[in-house]
Amino acid sequence: MVERDGFEQRLRDARARQGLDRTKESGQAGLPTGSWGIGFRAGVEVVSALAVGVVAGLLLDRWLGTKPWLFLLFFVLGSAAGVLNVYRLFTPRGRRKG
Amino acid sequence: MAAEGKAIDALSQFELAPVLGIVGDSVGFTQSNAHMLLAVVLITALMVYGMAQRAVIPGRLQALAESAYEFVHGLVTEQVGEEGRKFFPFVFSLFMFVLFGNLLGLLPYAFTFTSHIAVTFGLAFVVFVLITVVALAIHGTKFFGYFFPEGAPIWLAPIIVPVEIVSYLSRPISLSIRLFANMVAGHVMLKVFATFILLIGGLGVIGPFVAVLPLAINVALVGFELLVAFLQAYVFAILTCIYLHDAVHLH
Repeated sequence: MVERDGFEQRLRDARARQGLDRTKESGQAGLPTGSWGIGFRAGVEVVSALAVGVVAGLLLDRWLGTKPWLFLLFFVLGSAAGVLNVYRLFTPRGRRKG
Repeated sequence: MAAEGKAIDALSQFELAPVLGIVGDSVGFTQSNAHMLLAVVLITALMVYGMAQRAVIPGRLQALAESAYEFVHGLVTEQVGEEGRKFFPFVFSLFMFVLFGNLLGLLPYAFTFTSHIAVTFGLAFVVFVLITVVALAIHGTKFFGYFFPEGAPIWLAPIIVPVEIVSYLSRPISLSIRLFANMVAGHVMLKVFATFILLIGGLGVIGPFVAVLPLAINVALVGFELLVAFLQAYVFAILTCIYLHDAVHLH
């Protein structure tokens, strides 16, 4: 066991010397941070929030018989939620309060 | 197949067809289900046979099984914290299932079950139910405080609360769309360029030489798709962990 511990120590030192251990700096909680990846994620977040808003509005409208109004309201709410999602995407998780 | 009608038919690869003859026909057992079963069998075989030896110096299979285990274990403890250990089996099965689904789909003649929104949404919905139940079980009614951030002026509640609820409900949608869209896009591109090879290859004398170009693109695309297969399984797992973190800690 002692030898293996010594080996681990030497391996860590060697890796640090070679700069192989990347320090975990990325605020996005370890998510890949390519420009394509971020852009695609942001798009998906907006679209899905909007879809949830629209579907919820249409269903509530059909249930309550208030034809266009709840749909319009939830469309706006969905857009706001989409913007909120994208905002969360770019806010480091440690500092996030809301 | 696709080039016979001199048209690009990139979407027929996602069609479901019953397998196993009359039995599969009557219960609706498609090639998608068959590939899911295959993925589960392969994962189980990897873990059972890989760890059968329990050698101090692992062989190839054991090294693969161990690195998969340690990868997901590190992911869970890093994102959720020590109390997230009890969710490790869930995240591990989810990650391996998605990963094997993506990778199996890259083999010739195979079917990518993660390219169907029904499958990815099913998985994402399980995650969504789990995080909601976990948050309710740990925090009780305090969970509903999640929808209203502390310190915000109370008169903003009619705006903030619905927006937060829609944002919360959009989680399974974005989780499933991301995986589904990535897999569909990749496979459609592979198919389109593969069809180009056949179409261009038939153009007289110079055709076969020009057809090398789409072939080269396809070779590069397969490598890229391999990356995407890993990346999307990883993203699915890590987002599950982030949501679990929110459920356990409520911020």
